[in-house]
Amino acid sequence: MDQLLSVSSSPHIRSETDTRRIMAWVIASLAPAGVVGAFFLGTRSILVIAAGIISCVAAEAIWQKYMKQPVTVSDLSAVVTGLLLAYNVPPTIPLWMVVCGGVFAMIIVKHFFGGIGQNILNPALAGRAMMLICWPIAMTTWTVRGVSGATPLAVLKGTDVSGTLPSIADAFLGNIGGCIGETSALAIIIGGGLLIYKDIISWRIPVVYIVTVAVIQTLLGRQGAPLMEIFSGGLMLGAFFMATDYTTSPMTSKGQIIFAFGCGLIASLIRSFGGYPEGVSYSILIMNLTTPIIDRLTMPRVFGEVKDHGGR
Amino acid sequence: MSLPTFKRGIHPKENKSLTSESAIEDFKPSGEFVYPMSQHIGAPCSPVVKKGDRVLVGQKIGDTEAFVSAPILSSVSGTVKDITTRMTISGGIEQCVIVESDGEFENGTTLVPRGDFKSLPPADCVKIVREAGIVGAGGATFPTHVKLSPPPDKKIRWIIVNGVECEPFLNCDNRLMREEPEPIIGGLEICMHVFPEAEGVIAVEDNKPEAIARIGREVSERGCKARVMPHRVKYPQGAEKMLIYTVTKQEIPPGALPAEVGCLVMNVRTLYHIWHAVTDGIPVTERIVSVTGDVIANPKNIRAPLGTSVRAMIDAAGGFTGDPVKILAGGPMMGISMRSIDVPIVKGTSGILALSANAARSFTETNCIRCGRCVSSCPMGLQPSLLDRVVRLREYAEFEAAGGMNCIECGCCSYICPARRYITQSCRDGKAGVMAARKKSA
Ligand code: SF4
Ligand code: SF4
Repeated sequence: MDQLLSVSSSPHIRSETDTRRIMAWVIASLAPAGVVGAFFLGTRSILVIAAGIISCVAAEAIWQKYMKQPVTVSDLSAVVTGLLLAYNVPPTIPLWMVVCGGVFAMIIVKHFFGGIGQNILNPALAGRAMMLICWPIAMTTWTVRGVSGATPLAVLKGTDVSGTLPSIADAFLGNIGGCIGETSALAIIIGGGLLIYKDIISWRIPVVYIVTVAVIQTLLGRQGAPLMEIFSGGLMLGAFFMATDYTTSPMTSKGQIIFAFGCGLIASLIRSFGGYPEGVSYSILIMNLTTPIIDRLTMPRVFGEVKDHGGR
Repeated sequence: MSLPTFKRGIHPKENKSLTSESAIEDFKPSGEFVYPMSQHIGAPCSPVVKKGDRVLVGQKIGDTEAFVSAPILSSVSGTVKDITTRMTISGGIEQCVIVESDGEFENGTTLVPRGDFKSLPPADCVKIVREAGIVGAGGATFPTHVKLSPPPDKKIRWIIVNGVECEPFLNCDNRLMREEPEPIIGGLEICMHVFPEAEGVIAVEDNKPEAIARIGREVSERGCKARVMPHRVKYPQGAEKMLIYTVTKQEIPPGALPAEVGCLVMNVRTLYHIWHAVTDGIPVTERIVSVTGDVIANPKNIRAPLGTSVRAMIDAAGGFTGDPVKILAGGPMMGISMRSIDVPIVKGTSGILALSANAARSFTETNCIRCGRCVSSCPMGLQPSLLDRVVRLREYAEFEAAGGMNCIECGCCSYICPARRYITQSCRDGKAGVMAARKKSA
């Protein structure tokens, strides 16, 4: 039997959690938001979600096959991207647009940069940004059960003068217009709470992000702040599921707090002063770009060293 | 209640119950015994016997003039069969003295029982410790007499007894504390005799309540001025730097020895040897090894003469119940995987662990997903993902600048990594790369 002994470097045991398991938990945690979205916004949401997932998975598989790389769709990260992309568009959007967004997210944003772990922008958000630029009308037409209506943020912004604000309870439960996965703060908090409980994300990014927005908007005296402010639009989804993307957010605790504060600040400024009613996506995309430098500046202190060597 | 601990670290599955309740069993095999001339950190010994010589238990068979070294003693009586190179437990090829046992275990030590150590000058105690061949039994195998002779400007303020045993599966220290606490506390008293101003602190992880109770009883019965300090269960609590931090809240500066911060860390087993050497004149010729793992028939803690083959140890534990893919010397986190089981156990062997393909799964690496788990588990405060990346690019200067030389190879980062990256191995390569570059420029 001696010949059969395998010789390798320690450690010889590994934890149970691998990339695929992490992604599976993220998918499970995203499920409630999708179910509530489909319930309030109509069953067409399900088609959009399917289009998002299928286009992302297929794009990744075909790309990797074509590039003669190992096909890694079984790590489920493409499913997560597809889900998030679908959650960030209105349920009425033509499906081919979703497919374009998915292909763009996977190929240009993820694989041009080297695949999982290497991209600098969140693929789903970058895909959404591309779609918003190409098809601004389709991307901002909201309906609740077939009746088109204004989103709370557009009302707050004053761009939609005919609209009225929904009740806080409707905003919290998800009975409002918006993107598929954004509407129900409650469902997102349940899913996000699960991720925190399972130690997959830390509380820092979502909590700091949301609190920053709430505080700044209250200080600015926005109507409906802080509750309507945080329960409407993409803040909840962005804070729990997109700003926490491992690849594009800082690794250190200190870095995560800086990152989340930056997201909160930028999102608030866009919502209050910018040209768009919503600023969550752009705030995260902008902060994604600062992640490498935040990581460098917040390197942990090496045990026994007196000074932080990160400031080199 | 929150027990003291260090920063970061991990919680691997303990798997201690396989051997935690099995009392130490004596095993006295016959046949051939193999003694590598290097069983410690420092200068290897040279054989002081010739082929054909008759040797006795405790008789010196290898020694050297070097200070950082410890003599090698025969653990059996018999005839020197050969002096040749053999494979050792860590996979290297080294010079070994091979003795054919006569099965008599006739004693031939030159140590004399001193009885009461209190009348002995401390310098004599240190000399006895060297003659007895005592080295750190926790696995680092640093010669103990060197530890007991710190530079005169370093005042020893704490003697920390390491009874943590944080490696999964292992129980040899746990069983020793439960079954034979007297020599442990006695050995601590001898160390406190050498350093009268030091405080004795006995550190045991909280998952060994019986050991804590037993050691505590012994301390109070003997009136030893030491305190037992339960530690929170977390890996690698037993690493010297983490232990010193937990007990004294001081961080050893990079490259420094524990004496720098006034500490002396002694494994329980080392203290046991010190006591037996000084008071009873018994040198180090045996050790307790946890023979365990999921494919061992009867996992148990075995006290066997040094030089016994790993194969004989495994047979003594009932042999295999399935096919092992890996057999480790030590625990699963830091142990070394053996190439062959026809190698002898040495002073630093704390465990023999046979794992099935299921327990020691091998994984394919995937891309780092930047999850940060390695950063939040590295007890040394390093950024393992960064070290892994730069080593693979062979940027050794970058590795050094990022603090890579501080890596203690504890394995936390590789254990926790969801992308299954072999980060600890990269760190090892990185350290070797830096050393090679230093040598070149020197
Ligand atoms: S092996 Fe090295 S880098 Fe990895 S956790 Fe341990 S000390 Fe840190
Ligand atoms: S634990 Fe692994 S995947 Fe996570 S950051 Fe470290 S190296 Fe990357």
